[in-house]
Amino acid sequence: MAIWRSCSLRTSLALGKTSLHAPFRALATAAPSELKKTGLYDFHVSNGAKMVPFAGYSMPLSYGDVGQVASHNHVRTSAGLFDVGHMVQSMFRGSTATAFLEWLTPSSLSSLSPYSSTLSVLLNERGGIIDDTIITKHAEDAFYVVTNAGRRVRDLAWFAERLAEWNAGDAGAKGPVEMELLEDWGLLALQGPEAAAYLQSLTSYDLKTLTFGKSAFVPIEGLNLHVARGGYTGEDGFEISIPPSQTVQVAELLSKAPVQLTGLGARDSLRLEAGMCLYGNDLDEDTSPVEGGLTWVIGKERKESGTFIGAEGVRQHLKDGPPRRRVGFIVEGAPARQGAKIFDPSTKEPLGTVTSGIPSPTLGKNIAMGYVLSGWHKKGTAVEIEVRGKMRTAAVTPMPFVKPKYWRGA
Amino acid sequence: MQAILRQARASGLSRPQLARPGVLRAPLLSRTLVTKRYTVEHEAVEYDDATGLGIVCITDHAQSSLGDVVFVELPVVGTEVHKGDQIGAVESVKAASDIYAPVSGTIEEVNEELASQPGLLNKSPEAQGWLCKIKMSEPTEMEKLLTEEAYKDSWA
Repeated sequence: MAIWRSCSLRTSLALGKTSLHAPFRALATAAPSELKKTGLYDFHVSNGAKMVPFAGYSMPLSYGDVGQVASHNHVRTSAGLFDVGHMVQSMFRGSTATAFLEWLTPSSLSSLSPYSSTLSVLLNERGGIIDDTIITKHAEDAFYVVTNAGRRVRDLAWFAERLAEWNAGDAGAKGPVEMELLEDWGLLALQGPEAAAYLQSLTSYDLKTLTFGKSAFVPIEGLNLHVARGGYTGEDGFEISIPPSQTVQVAELLSKAPVQLTGLGARDSLRLEAGMCLYGNDLDEDTSPVEGGLTWVIGKERKESGTFIGAEGVRQHLKDGPPRRRVGFIVEGAPARQGAKIFDPSTKEPLGTVTSGIPSPTLGKNIAMGYVLSGWHKKGTAVEIEVRGKMRTAAVTPMPFVKPKYWRGA
Repeated sequence: MQAILRQARASGLSRPQLARPGVLRAPLLSRTLVTKRYTVEHEAVEYDDATGLGIVCITDHAQSSLGDVVFVELPVVGTEVHKGDQIGAVESVKAASDIYAPVSGTIEEVNEELASQPGLLNKSPEAQGWLCKIKMSEPTEMEKLLTEEAYKDSWA
């Protein structure tokens, strides 16, 4: 089970599609005043960050003169710290909280053990993905939920409407559910093979017991912080939630050698190597979790009989098979990026579209993910992908592209 | 006749021996005039009027903004190109950036080194990392490109 988070990297990916001057323009567009800042904005600037507009926030793309490949490799071989404080953190509480979230998602939350997390999806009435999310169960009546910054407005409106509906109904009469937005809270991701040893040096809590997908309140320098083991890179790592007043202090504590501050650029290449989705690129409201390769997030017992929003559409795809599927590719020659069209090599019929693609720093190959018609999704299937007017040979390749190194216990 | 006289006098006033020595003397020494001009797409062309070749590269500013270049796609030798045509691309992990023909002509040579060493674009973008040589069909196009100063003003 992969635990990951996604956030919309649209801005930085948009750098990729036009001429050489696009990067500068993209960096210069939205005026800084229109953008929100995380509590670490000044911290980033003082650390030499190149700040870019991203999901409505001014976020670090890179730091100093450390290039994207060097930064990426540092996370794969040592440790990196990411500010993900733009993501939306909230708590859902109430005696019917489990049932409420099982109405909003296809996940089996009643069987999830306390202080465990799962990747999940918020579905619309058609079974399309409103957002992907990490849900952490603290107790039957308390859940910590992280959703994407780029979906903030849509998600918060959706939560508000569904909560009102729930609390006005029979279930709500038994015990209403309340949502608390952890506004301005910090969220830091410490990722990489040296992340655990580094964090262990700052706490008496035995991190060996905190396996992948688990979370705990961990004492760090006199604070008691919510630490979840997992991340968005495929490496072992932690996501640490921090009250607003202590975010800078914790960031300073977690960014000493060998840990390097890591920006959105490396974040995107790391997540793609790990086969993880970026909402807005790889997932959207017209995509069901079955098409999106996320059938595994649907609870076993919920596939047949689950009563969740969008169940009908999801069940249709489960029963008949989805019309298209998200798959990985290795592409020969030029990297295929978002928007590149995929074709049948013999008939040249269109098969689908690439949703994310990069030259992989770890593999030295061009990796991509995208959607193809069912039947073309099997491992090893040869397709052609058009890049700059030329057909490039590509093969359907299982994801993750780089083997995950999660800590699953000694 | 009058014009020449007037010009000569004007030059005399501005001490011709010191003014514009490069332009006046270089042709006498080597018969070659090399000019370098830039585009707003962050490319540069170095034109040698003896050979008629324009050497195309991306600027140092472009490479630093792109980050580590991992792949370069170059045009086919012999292709006839028009100013503004897309003739290739430079790919970093972050982005793919199209290369446009900054001038018209025929692709005379491409930098084969870049196939195995795309990093030359970062190390030496305006020398070892040159992209291609274009046999220019309209050398006057050079005059419409930006001077170094104007180029820097275009993004600074």
